[in-house]
Amino acid sequence: MGAAANYIDERTSISGLVKEVGRKIFPDHWSFMLGEVALYSFVVILLSGTFLTFFFQPSMAEVTYQGSYVPLKGIDMSAAMQSTLNISFDIRGGLLFRQIHHWAALLFIAAIGLHMLRIYFTGAFRKPRELNWFIGFVLFILALAEGFTGYSLPDDLLSGNGLRIIDGMVKGIPVIGVWISYLLFGGEFPGTAIVSRLYSLHIMLLPALLIAMLGAHLLLLVINKHTQWAGPGKTNDNVVGVPVMPVFAAKAGGFFFIVFGVIVLIASLFTINPIWNYGPYDPSPVSAGTQPDWYIGFADGALRLAPPHWEVVWGGYTVSFNILVPIVVLVGLLGTVAFYPFIEGWITGDKREHHILDRPRNAPTRTAVGAALMTLYAALWGAASSDLMATHFKLSIDQVIHVMQFLTVIGPFIAFWITKRVCLGLQKKDREIALHGHESGRIVRLPGGEYIEVHTPLTEYERWTLVSFNEYEPLMVRPNERGVVTPLERIRASISGFFFEDRISPVTKAEIEASHHESHGAIEEGSGGH
Amino acid sequence: MADHDDEAPATGSAVEKSEPQKISAGTAVIPTDPFENPGEPPHRLRITDKDPAEEKKAARQVSTLFFLSIIFSCLAVAAYIAFPIKEGDTGSIRLNNLFLGLGIALGLLSIGIGAVHWSKTLMPAQEITEMRHLTKGSDATRAKAAEVFELGNKESGFGRRSLIRNSLIGAMVAFVLPGVVIFRDLGPKVDPNVVLRHTLWKKGMHLTIDPTGTRIKASDVTLGSAFHVIPESLLKSDDLLEEKAKAAVLLMRLNPDDLHEPKGRENWQYNGIVAYSKICTHVGCPVALYEQQTHHLLCPCHQSTFDVTENCKVIFGPASRPLPQLPITVDADGYLVAQSDFHEPVGPSFWERDR
Repeated sequence: MGAAANYIDERTSISGLVKEVGRKIFPDHWSFMLGEVALYSFVVILLSGTFLTFFFQPSMAEVTYQGSYVPLKGIDMSAAMQSTLNISFDIRGGLLFRQIHHWAALLFIAAIGLHMLRIYFTGAFRKPRELNWFIGFVLFILALAEGFTGYSLPDDLLSGNGLRIIDGMVKGIPVIGVWISYLLFGGEFPGTAIVSRLYSLHIMLLPALLIAMLGAHLLLLVINKHTQWAGPGKTNDNVVGVPVMPVFAAKAGGFFFIVFGVIVLIASLFTINPIWNYGPYDPSPVSAGTQPDWYIGFADGALRLAPPHWEVVWGGYTVSFNILVPIVVLVGLLGTVAFYPFIEGWITGDKREHHILDRPRNAPTRTAVGAALMTLYAALWGAASSDLMATHFKLSIDQVIHVMQFLTVIGPFIAFWITKRVCLGLQKKDREIALHGHESGRIVRLPGGEYIEVHTPLTEYERWTLVSFNEYEPLMVRPNERGVVTPLERIRASISGFFFEDRISPVTKAEIEASHHESHGAIEEGSGGH
Repeated sequence: MADHDDEAPATGSAVEKSEPQKISAGTAVIPTDPFENPGEPPHRLRITDKDPAEEKKAARQVSTLFFLSIIFSCLAVAAYIAFPIKEGDTGSIRLNNLFLGLGIALGLLSIGIGAVHWSKTLMPAQEITEMRHLTKGSDATRAKAAEVFELGNKESGFGRRSLIRNSLIGAMVAFVLPGVVIFRDLGPKVDPNVVLRHTLWKKGMHLTIDPTGTRIKASDVTLGSAFHVIPESLLKSDDLLEEKAKAAVLLMRLNPDDLHEPKGRENWQYNGIVAYSKICTHVGCPVALYEQQTHHLLCPCHQSTFDVTENCKVIFGPASRPLPQLPITVDADGYLVAQSDFHEPVGPSFWERDR
């Protein structure tokens, strides 16, 4: 052992790295595992995907199927579809690995989404982590692109229809749309080039970008050190947790095998993407109730919600607002997500580093904005199943679409209002608890005849968690050095007002003292803290 | 609710105590009399810390899980051999998938659960505190870095020799251009705007059934029936899918009195038999669902709905334009033929569609 370590260190100087990161501290909390799930499912995707490349033929050359699956025997299809069927029906474990790959991809994107929500609602994106949030956003987009390109490779009926929709969307882009579609498909849709082109992107360009971005993401995580929840002993200047060697390594390493195991378990028990039921791509048939993979749903739903006749001809040129408006909404939603940390940082003007996570209730407007964006996403996503909702619940498709249109436009405002009120209510409750302690349920009659409920005072550890949070005031516009109030500063002030006008301040020491004087004569359990 | 009139305004000038540098806290409210952090609560020992028997038990459980993993992995290899795929027997695939998968999954889960159990019961549970530092480099480091750039600038003359600099910037822009231009031949040379306007349909082309290619006699099209139709020459075409993606047609026979044909198109139908493009004018899915009672055509992708009696105008959904109609008639033997190609481009809208 010593000799081997010496051999390597003399050639790599790796002892420095081990010294630096070997005992690095990682805080422990279940919500910090969501990003790990994404990372580990990505590793599973790489492993299973590599196996699939040994058998998959990314070619649209026409062949006649002669494999083991009897119902499709003698049918003309592309070599891509045939090789996918061969992986499923002629190679032992082939179907298993296809299903591992697909399930892992679904889990990958789901875990990224949940991880982003965790980061957002706890304010973990604040300085110094704004750039890492943006890198994470790019990873999310790359994951979606990987998902869509992979979904299109088998060249089955559903994936072909997905491409057809992309083709139609692209053609709707003014001026260059037709040419982009033409170059993408190597001529008219569907052509014979798209599968091999998407394959190059799917197994080479996109994974390379993903791995590079992932490396940067993790490197910044190490440099910035992990955030931690507010709690006794935890400050903005320290990090409390377990060391990489051995505890975190064992937990995280074990967790990788658990994630891997769960994916394989699902893949061995549940069918995913049974392309043999759909058959090869043909532009003419499509079955009712077709659904894209879940993560594309929000884009498909946005397309469905455009009202009829949103198309105009201006000066002889066709402008398809039924395509453009959904695209603008999607880009607007994603753009807001991508740049949110920079927007919030600009509004507060806070240049300090933040390593203690916010409880979502303690940033009511941010939490409410998040809920509004989630509602918009959910409405678009739900709209992608409008036909299934209509058939399952025996509604008319018109009604379902109109409800989803309403939810898309009004839903975010309702969600914003409700969430903000709930957050403020929870903050008030926290204040009450910090000031007066927990309700004990014990009612006591005082000698004077008055009934009061006995409150159990907090321990100082409990109180610390409730009172230690950040508070911001609305910005007062002030003239700059040249005595001018710039329009930009006015905008900043009005957004700042929108964010921080309604707020509950954390309990101060003076308030605690005052509450003790007020409740003088009342009976409190225990010694009263201090 | 802003009950902090007694607080000094913190805008742009506040200093957080823990950071010696003057870093703006923006509009954050800095408490004048903050609570003291009570420090970490006392550490509580686990049962494995206190009871050696429990510790031994946990150690046994961990090694048992690792041994189980070996067994499951071996079982997975056994399943690979014991459950071969038999041609034409989908049941054999199911068994292969299930048992190979279960073996691998349980092997992995045993390692994972064992490792986590090990860390949670036997490795130290006491949390450790490590200090953070500002992310930015120290002032000395930053000064050194700035010096490096300055030296680089001075020694190369990048800032001073503007001709070299500007010509280099120009070269860096220009060298990308061939890399962009080279993608032109991703698509063929012909203008897509021309190609998109034409389909296989032309005067006298027989309407045939998709996918068999048999001709359709007008008298066989009964009232209320619908046919999925392709042009007769399609099956011999070299670009079958590309042509089909434009030429697919839906044929329906309605009561002629129900049809409200616009002026000039009265003879595009034959005895109430009408033919419309099957490619949705929204984003190009096949409009495959015909509701016989209402004479509505529904696109299953985005639910655009077209009214056949009203020349397939859009009555619901995101589509904007009616489905293009194919003018049809019969030949001398009573078989349905096209009068011409479509009179407008089929499928999704595009920029120069109406030029």
